[in-house]
Amino acid sequence: MNDEKVNSAISTVQTSVSDHHFVLARNGCNMCAPLGASIAYRGIQGCIPLIHGSQGCATYIRRYTISHFREPVDIASSNFTEATAIFGGKQNLSTALGNVTRQYKPEAVGITSTCLSETIGDDIPMILHEYTAARDASEPAAQEASYPQIFYASTPSYKGTHINGFHTAVHSVVTKIVPAVRCTKRGSSVNVISGFVSPEDLREIHTIMKEYNVNYTLIPDYSKSLDGPSWEEYEKLPDGGTKISDIRTMGQAAGTVYLGKAVLNEQNAGLWLNDVCGIPLHQILLPVGIENTDAFFAALNEITGKTTPAEQAEIRGRLIDAYIDGHKYCFGKRAVVYGDEDFVLSVCAFLRETGIVPVIAATGAHKKVVTESGTGEKLETISEDADFETMLEKVRSLEPDIVIGSSKGYYLSRRLNIPLVRCGFPVHDRIGGQRILTLGYRGTLTLFDLVCNALMQYKQEKAGKGWSYV
Amino acid sequence: MFEVLEARKKQVFINGQDNFDVSCDKASTAGAVSQRACVFCGSRVVLYPIADAIHVIHGPIGCAAYTWDLRGSMSSGPELHRMCFSTDIRENEVIYGGEKKLYAVLCELIDEYKPNAAFVYGTCIVGLIGDDMDAVCRRVAQEKGIPVLPVHSEGFKGTKKDGYHAACDALFKLIGTDDTTPVSENSINILGDFNLAGETWLIENYYRRMGVEVVAAITGDGRIEQLRRAHRASLNVVQCSGSMVHLAQMMEEKYGIPFIHVSYFGIEDMTQALYDVAERMEDRSIMGKTRAIVRRDVPELLKKLEPYKKALQGKKAAAYVGGSFKAFSLVKALRHLGMETVVVGSQTGTKEDYEYLKSITVPGTVILDDTNPLELSKFILEKNAELLIGGVKERPIAYKMGIGFVDHNHERKEPLACYEGMLNFAKEVYTSLMSPVWKYSPARIRAVHLRDRSELFEEKDTADDRSASDDRIAAAAGGQK
Repeated sequence: MNDEKVNSAISTVQTSVSDHHFVLARNGCNMCAPLGASIAYRGIQGCIPLIHGSQGCATYIRRYTISHFREPVDIASSNFTEATAIFGGKQNLSTALGNVTRQYKPEAVGITSTCLSETIGDDIPMILHEYTAARDASEPAAQEASYPQIFYASTPSYKGTHINGFHTAVHSVVTKIVPAVRCTKRGSSVNVISGFVSPEDLREIHTIMKEYNVNYTLIPDYSKSLDGPSWEEYEKLPDGGTKISDIRTMGQAAGTVYLGKAVLNEQNAGLWLNDVCGIPLHQILLPVGIENTDAFFAALNEITGKTTPAEQAEIRGRLIDAYIDGHKYCFGKRAVVYGDEDFVLSVCAFLRETGIVPVIAATGAHKKVVTESGTGEKLETISEDADFETMLEKVRSLEPDIVIGSSKGYYLSRRLNIPLVRCGFPVHDRIGGQRILTLGYRGTLTLFDLVCNALMQYKQEKAGKGWSYV
Repeated sequence: MFEVLEARKKQVFINGQDNFDVSCDKASTAGAVSQRACVFCGSRVVLYPIADAIHVIHGPIGCAAYTWDLRGSMSSGPELHRMCFSTDIRENEVIYGGEKKLYAVLCELIDEYKPNAAFVYGTCIVGLIGDDMDAVCRRVAQEKGIPVLPVHSEGFKGTKKDGYHAACDALFKLIGTDDTTPVSENSINILGDFNLAGETWLIENYYRRMGVEVVAAITGDGRIEQLRRAHRASLNVVQCSGSMVHLAQMMEEKYGIPFIHVSYFGIEDMTQALYDVAERMEDRSIMGKTRAIVRRDVPELLKKLEPYKKALQGKKAAAYVGGSFKAFSLVKALRHLGMETVVVGSQTGTKEDYEYLKSITVPGTVILDDTNPLELSKFILEKNAELLIGGVKERPIAYKMGIGFVDHNHERKEPLACYEGMLNFAKEVYTSLMSPVWKYSPARIRAVHLRDRSELFEEKDTADDRSASDDRIAAAAGGQK
């Protein structure tokens, strides 16, 4: 395009620039879809993510997630070159599938697309169809059982955020593995489909489900694969993850609990199970805070026909006790909350229970996603397409007392000179981001202690001579 | 046991056993889980430290999110480089083009932040939707009166090295635009140091003590005005061979500035760097001052290193880094600590680089080009390394294998360059290797168990020398793979 043509194209938007609403992201607070998809795929047993795009996509996402989880996160890449971009990614994707299968001997490969592969119009389902047909023709049929499952999530980076990638990947696994037939006789097991939470949160869900003493399938489950023990021998693909055999039974479950509401219908595996297999869906906000957690247990009680486990009722009592003990330190305090849509919604709900007022609830989610989530929740509190600079500009006059979110809000809290309670993703500047618990009564209790203590510490440090008891 | 992929066999060598018919400098093998990034990454890391410019990433949010605050490059003044601006391309731009948005973004940012220049990075998608970044940048530069430099760093158009190349091309456009500010004839540009943890400042301090003027540090603590007059320095001193040789070559061709290669890591290389610079300065008194610095600083350092060397003697290390020059220095620096490098590799080395690595390592050393986690873990185990030097992506490999780790990459918070850095390096190696935590590591426990068993068979006396026994632990583990 010549200069003249560019200039005329540009002049049409000049007027909209003058109102000083930034059209870009300045220190953005969301990530791209392939990142979320890769994390979800690591929550399937023996599954290695394969990003169909440039080498950098895989490497950047690895680096970003390794810094949070502090675990090996191997993600393969089909490694586009210029020729690939011109002639299509078929050859590279096939080579990558072959190499990653040879090296890792995975049970599954989770392929994600990228802005690059989507824009050149690679038809990945077609490529995969041809790949498996050629593979099956050239190798003995007896080997078939050892072939990895291949999942595919369409995750163009220009559409949605990492959260959309996460849900899309889970959807791709469920729809591939679960037979698409109407269930005639539902069993007693429970499907728990989780949004993007920490490995510690997933372990808490396991604890709760075990207390219910029912069969269940938790998907995705990176509670061990992204937060494992120290090893005796180097593991190619860390142990842990939802078993494919368990996923297969999800179509006969008594019901599904979906943790998180900011999910588009076409990315919602719970909705698919409901529509196709007839498994009742209970879609709830992340169980953070008393009321959201009550809703979680109400759903589980309804599906299982049981009552809330006694252990949980006890923790709930302790949580209320803690709320009361700490109420004076919290009431009227003003918080900045940012992160993924579901994280922000549930943390804000929790804060309101304690008397803390969220003055900014920000998410990098694209407007389209939020309006289409159809949750009926008070989404207007969320400033969509948020970034950290916009937050900073808006927040000064709001006089907040505390910042709650990932470690990317560190500069915000530093410039405001108020405490930051780290939770969500990513936590890059501390140890243990993967072990931060916020789900359930126990998680709420942990979060409450953190928030309350941060406020108490701040007051103590700012006081003239300090004190050693309150 | 894991086998090296057929396609990678010409990138994995054992010193003394192979003919070194290296096939490097090529795109990574698809599906091999390379530790490399992309073209964009190469450009981004090189230009990142320029602190009074805005860095605008024209692409979807991911490329910007993953490189925000990526490097620990420090600035003595403005900190615009620590902001991360993204045009946050959406479906609309993919269909209708991103030029309008890019123009709007640049205008807004320049008005708001008043930078001295803007770098605009093209990502994969820009290369596909056909945005004419050059035309937009030209127009904004004209309207706003500052340099607006397109960086053609579409991720798929080559390797990280091509990204370095694109960054150098952008820098070269700035160089030569200031002919008025006086510059000494004993002057240099520092190329390829990025002021991680303030390393450029340490280096500059040595040159100051020698009487050498630093015209521009490219790009550590970088400023646009320094770059503009960089063409008048009398010598380009290039560290980080991969990233900056292209710029040095262009400057030699256009402005007749000679360049030399140096490394500031380790004792020999740091000393050599200072002498090599002094050698090329007009003022002969500089050599005398340099000698005095070396004579004062090196014995002092050696004395301080002594206790570390004593503790670390005989331990084996693996190193996997981005540029091969750093690998050379690490092999030498480790030797100063009494340690041998048994596995070494780089993301971007050339055939010559690997030949050189072969010449400075002992027979049996594994030399790797563009390796991956499975190969690294295999060779660390086979060669009984007890320490891995690398970046964040390599860290969990070391930790899961129950061996020490030193971060020699972007994120490091301790300077590792110059003599001061060598001492920090020794401390960090020592801190990681001597930590009591390893005795709880199942991998380490298994190694001890295997050692005990092998000792029983061999009926050998147990020596109480700690490092020797540790060697046997690792040897036993390697033998049982």
